[in-house]
Amino acid sequence: MTTAEETAVEVVDLATTPLRELNQRLHDLAGAPGPRHWRVLNPSGAHAIACGIDAEIEVEIEGHAGYYCAGMNKLATVRVHGNASTGLAENIMSGTVVVEGNASQSVAATGRGGLVVVNGDASSRCGISMKGVDIVVRGSVGHMSAFMAQTGRLVVCGNAGDALGDSIYEARLYVRGKVAGLGADCIEKELRDEHVAELRELLDRAGVEGVQAEDFRRYGSARQLYTFKIDNVGAY
Amino acid sequence: MCGIVGLFAKSPEIEARLGVHLAAMLEQMSSRGPDSAGVAVYRDPAPTGWSKLTLYSHEDDCDWAAVAGGLAEAFGGVEESVLRAKHVVFAVECEAAAAEAWVHAIHPELRVMSAGKVIEIYKEVGRPEQFVQEFRLHEFQGTHALGHTRMATESRVTTEGSHPFSTGLDLCLVHNGSLSNHNTLRRALRREGIEFQTENDTEVAAGYLAWRLREGASLEQALEGCLDDLDGFYTFAVGTADGFAVLRDPIACKPAVLAETDDWVAMSSEWRSIAVLPGAAEARMWEPEPGVVYVWEKAPVA
Repeated sequence: MTTAEETAVEVVDLATTPLRELNQRLHDLAGAPGPRHWRVLNPSGAHAIACGIDAEIEVEIEGHAGYYCAGMNKLATVRVHGNASTGLAENIMSGTVVVEGNASQSVAATGRGGLVVVNGDASSRCGISMKGVDIVVRGSVGHMSAFMAQTGRLVVCGNAGDALGDSIYEARLYVRGKVAGLGADCIEKELRDEHVAELRELLDRAGVEGVQAEDFRRYGSARQLYTFKIDNVGAY
Repeated sequence: MCGIVGLFAKSPEIEARLGVHLAAMLEQMSSRGPDSAGVAVYRDPAPTGWSKLTLYSHEDDCDWAAVAGGLAEAFGGVEESVLRAKHVVFAVECEAAAAEAWVHAIHPELRVMSAGKVIEIYKEVGRPEQFVQEFRLHEFQGTHALGHTRMATESRVTTEGSHPFSTGLDLCLVHNGSLSNHNTLRRALRREGIEFQTENDTEVAAGYLAWRLREGASLEQALEGCLDDLDGFYTFAVGTADGFAVLRDPIACKPAVLAETDDWVAMSSEWRSIAVLPGAAEARMWEPEPGVVYVWEKAPVA
């Protein structure tokens, strides 16, 4: 049974409604009834739109978003019909965040779960310190992407900038195009069948078509830095 | 933090309302820089044989008529513009350098904010919204403009420490970031004869560009030199008589967004201040790459 409230689309115009009011209404949906489908009009690059949601809802943002859009997201699907600024889906826990255009630096920084899809390019530091989030970028990523990436998967259909995966831990990086340079302790690794299967599943979930999983190269940690040496375990 | 905006008109409609758009963009950047604000507007070219100076007085009751009289006596033709919050633009019938030298010698109490054929620089401490009103920004027509909102880190909040900094005739610089080798570089540039008025880091970047240009570098070469010689964080926007240029340091922590339509090219620290422009929703938008010089220019002013 779905109620009328659950199927209706709640429209919020940020030209007339304060952003805090929108975010408060979204926060109030945690474990509570209320509209499940939201459309946000006139975002005009405002910061922290749809931040901190903890409910299985869908939010469509009709325009460009500012800093930290959909930060700390749990359960929700947030779609930006435009570009997103710095810190998209920062510390995402679960759910899905999709950007139709480009995203600025630090996409899904420290993200712990869920899926982030950038259909254009992402800028520098994409997936910095990622801790379990999956990121799929249809275009290219900038320099220092996946810096200190701990777990999760970063899929780049285009090219990667300089110092990819610097000081990486256990995250898996897949790049289809050119890599300008690998960071400290990041190396290319064999693309085995289980990786191709994993890639197919990620591309499929991200809705990326016309891209062959076999065309990617895999990168990961050489495990040669200080933290990986058994002799240093006493230091921790 | 600081906010930067730049607007380059590609249509007469945008030129006619340049100040209105610039004001809207600057107000959006208020939260990034509430300490002071400033703009460089490229407008109203001086006739052949003339040049323009923007002068600033600390005093409310500066005798601008006397300054105009002195300039007229020294150079012949002088036209004085309306007073905008302690700033007055003079068109003078001589080379800009000669007029500037005269001001330094005869009126050392005045500050030359800009000199050239088309540039006018206005800057002041206080909130950007207040700046926009006090300087009546909406009245300006022009071909292009840069603006800055400042959150001071490296030096004091003063009119002189506000941006844009003039870097030479018709040239100016606005900066988001901070430089760490500015004291060393300032000493080196002083030995080369470059003059500085403040302890501000951005003024050193402006002086560096002026020095490189004086030594024969193109604007592009001078900006590329920044990548080797400046240590610190920066997004720069540089205004010239014909257009503007943008450069981010190779680490690119400081934000920048570029957008273009058939009517304008705009740059800003954030999309918020581009969103206020007509047709912004349909604009092509991208983030400038680190360490790459971007330049937009009109056909040179004759």
